[in-house]
Amino acid sequence: MSDGSTDVLLRLDAVAKRFGGVRALSDVSMTVGRNRIVGIIGPNGAGKTTLFNLMTGAYRADAGTIIFDDQPITDWPPHRIIRAGLARTFQNIRLFAGMTVWEHVLVTQPPEGNVMRGLLPLRWSHAAVSARAEQILKFFGLEKYRDVLARTLPYGIQRKVDMARALAAAPKLLLLDEPVAGMNHEEADELRRLLLRLNEGGLTILLIEHDMAFVMNLCHELYVLDFGVRIAAGEPAAIRSDPVVLDAYLGSEAAC
Amino acid sequence: MLLQQIVNGLTLGAVYTLVALSFSLVMGILSILNLAIGELFMLGGFIGFSVIAANLPLPVALLAGMAGGALVAVVIGKVACEPLRDAPPITPLLSTLGFSIILQNIVTNVWGSDPLQLPSELFDDRLTVGSLSIGVMQIAVIGVAILLVGTLAWLIQSTSAGRALRAVAENRDVARLLGVSVGRIMLHAFALSGALAGAAGVLISLHYAAITPYVGVDTGLKAIAVMVIGGTTNVWGALLAGPLIGIAEVLTVAYGGSQMRDFVVYGLMILVLLLRPQGLLGGARSDLGQRV
Amino acid sequence: MSTYHAGLLADIGILTLGALSVYIILATNQLSLGNAGFMGIGSYLSSFLTVELHWPLTAAVVAAALSASVIGIVVGFPALRLKGIYLAIATLGFGEMVRSFLLVFTPMGGSGGYHGMQHVSLGYVWIWTAGILVVILVLEHSHLWLQMRAVHDDETAAGLVGLNTTLIKVGAFGFGAAVAAVAGALFAHHHVYIEPGNFGFERSIDFVLAVILGGSTVGVGALGGAGLLVLLPEWLRFLADWRLAAFGALLVIVLLTRRQGILDRPLLARLSFRGAGP
Repeated sequence: MSDGSTDVLLRLDAVAKRFGGVRALSDVSMTVGRNRIVGIIGPNGAGKTTLFNLMTGAYRADAGTIIFDDQPITDWPPHRIIRAGLARTFQNIRLFAGMTVWEHVLVTQPPEGNVMRGLLPLRWSHAAVSARAEQILKFFGLEKYRDVLARTLPYGIQRKVDMARALAAAPKLLLLDEPVAGMNHEEADELRRLLLRLNEGGLTILLIEHDMAFVMNLCHELYVLDFGVRIAAGEPAAIRSDPVVLDAYLGSEAAC
Repeated sequence: MLLQQIVNGLTLGAVYTLVALSFSLVMGILSILNLAIGELFMLGGFIGFSVIAANLPLPVALLAGMAGGALVAVVIGKVACEPLRDAPPITPLLSTLGFSIILQNIVTNVWGSDPLQLPSELFDDRLTVGSLSIGVMQIAVIGVAILLVGTLAWLIQSTSAGRALRAVAENRDVARLLGVSVGRIMLHAFALSGALAGAAGVLISLHYAAITPYVGVDTGLKAIAVMVIGGTTNVWGALLAGPLIGIAEVLTVAYGGSQMRDFVVYGLMILVLLLRPQGLLGGARSDLGQRV
Repeated sequence: MSTYHAGLLADIGILTLGALSVYIILATNQLSLGNAGFMGIGSYLSSFLTVELHWPLTAAVVAAALSASVIGIVVGFPALRLKGIYLAIATLGFGEMVRSFLLVFTPMGGSGGYHGMQHVSLGYVWIWTAGILVVILVLEHSHLWLQMRAVHDDETAAGLVGLNTTLIKVGAFGFGAAVAAVAGALFAHHHVYIEPGNFGFERSIDFVLAVILGGSTVGVGALGGAGLLVLLPEWLRFLADWRLAAFGALLVIVLLTRRQGILDRPLLARLSFRGAGP
């Protein structure tokens, strides 16, 4: 698996994690090149979300290292990792129950200027933050839901809000946890186009997904996990016909 | 002397154990603090007093206190807690506070706000073992408490109602899916909780030979500490922690002055919460939140 | 204005501050049942400064608030490890420990209480109350408060979208403690006699009651709740011996019918003729 001439934004080296007696991840290594769209696939329970949780600092790895943007983030607390430019969405969305869509794209932005600015009313003091929030809402077509309580919106819209919230933090790398789960074909397609636009704008994307068509049409390269171990890596075309991968999927109950 | 203090501590601790279990039952079922338990405890004491004053035998006093406690507890459960079970825990907590205010007002209006003394003949019997002089009443208090705790443990472990209680405490939704009538189980839990608190009230009045309307708050708060130290929802934890705290309190008063005792009791509680979140014998953990 | 009415208004001001101290901490989803402890610290510390060291009152209030905030931060760190009702129980324990400590602390009177403070006017009390209330009302529109709300709604998610939840939660304890200490300092210098019993569980619960009744999601709810808590027993006087029971019953009824308290954001928005809030 060569990165060619692209810069490596995220590198995992022999990362492992166990929960009690269960080895969730063993000796997982991977790299995500700058400006690439990389996918992680594998049957249910393969450890994909655990990997995300390790990258974002929700869990601490038992072994191995994680380097993000040339910084060793293996032991960093989540908020430090996010501030360094790594943002994520959630499999179960996890929007804030009491907040509007507008507030979601405000809250994750680093406040302008110094600490004191963060204490002043947003309306007066944070022009750049508001402008950015407007921009993000527009990008996702969420303007008309601005002042609606985000949790009351339809599922597909909530997913967009989750993504908008992550983007508001101005990340270099966006982690998407099953972004098209529960979406119909049109919605998935719309999302694919949005992600391509973001990628063109310089965003590196790493996603976990079960929807094969979506992943094949979008990712530059794929990593395949099964039972916490990396079993394959490469371009989508190669992965699609890899017998090891097919075996892993056919062998497990959960179909994609 | 020391042994005497320990016996006093055990007697006090027996009462704490019962009230702690009263709190534990509600915590296990609804994960809330029923702040009215202190007043149920107090009410039991007054009911017991009235029965004794009417020259009825002590067991009747005990049963009356338990019945009164159970009845009022069920009312509180139905009115204050059940309708608010999906609200953030602070809401039913304050609702039970409302009931505690109501209860205290009722009691002071019916029985007056002055302490009431129990007939002293009850406390004349004493047992002398060497240099130790233990009131027969103290032994009775400890004995009854142990009996009640044992009965509770048996109920929870070996009866189908107890199993259903444990199921609801474990996971309300799954229990409901499995056919448990959650509403009825809550009722049982509240009734048991009230009965224990009422019994404790009768027992404390026998220990101090008097009852006042203000005994509820302080005992209630200390019982919460006992519950946490032993391990919330753990029956044996409460049985261990009650005497432990009772003795600690009595010894602090004897050797450090009565002002220090709250400091010691709550200090121990905070230590346990921080160093051993599941309590001494293992119960619900203090460091794992409820999922919204 | 009669002394009696002045006394009531002062009590409302002081209770408002106490309620705000709980409100600030509650805004990060931490329930503190021990803020009377911080109030007590503020009371005794400010009294010591004015009576023994002859400090001017305002300086004493500020010093008491700052000291209490340090203690609040110290409390806030272990509090991170406790969740929900257990945090509440621990703060209850903290409050009782403070009260108990004050009982044995004989240099400041112990159980006999402390006195010698100069009486301050109702106006002074309300300068602080109004000042802090306004600061909080403005703060509610800030980016910081938005972050607090995120921590309140889903602490884990908040952490994973980049918020420093430790700083926010511990900071809330520090800030809340400071406000409670101001309440304590004002209490001490308005009542000119304090004793440990003033700062027990009943006081802590009064703070919580005021917030929950008045409106737990908006700062001005603390003011409304404080007013209600002080004035209701007066209005219920006609019920004589049964007024406390009536109060308890009213409390239960309000909680059953309007959980968020009397004031909330939609109601405030409607009252100020705006659309759905900012």
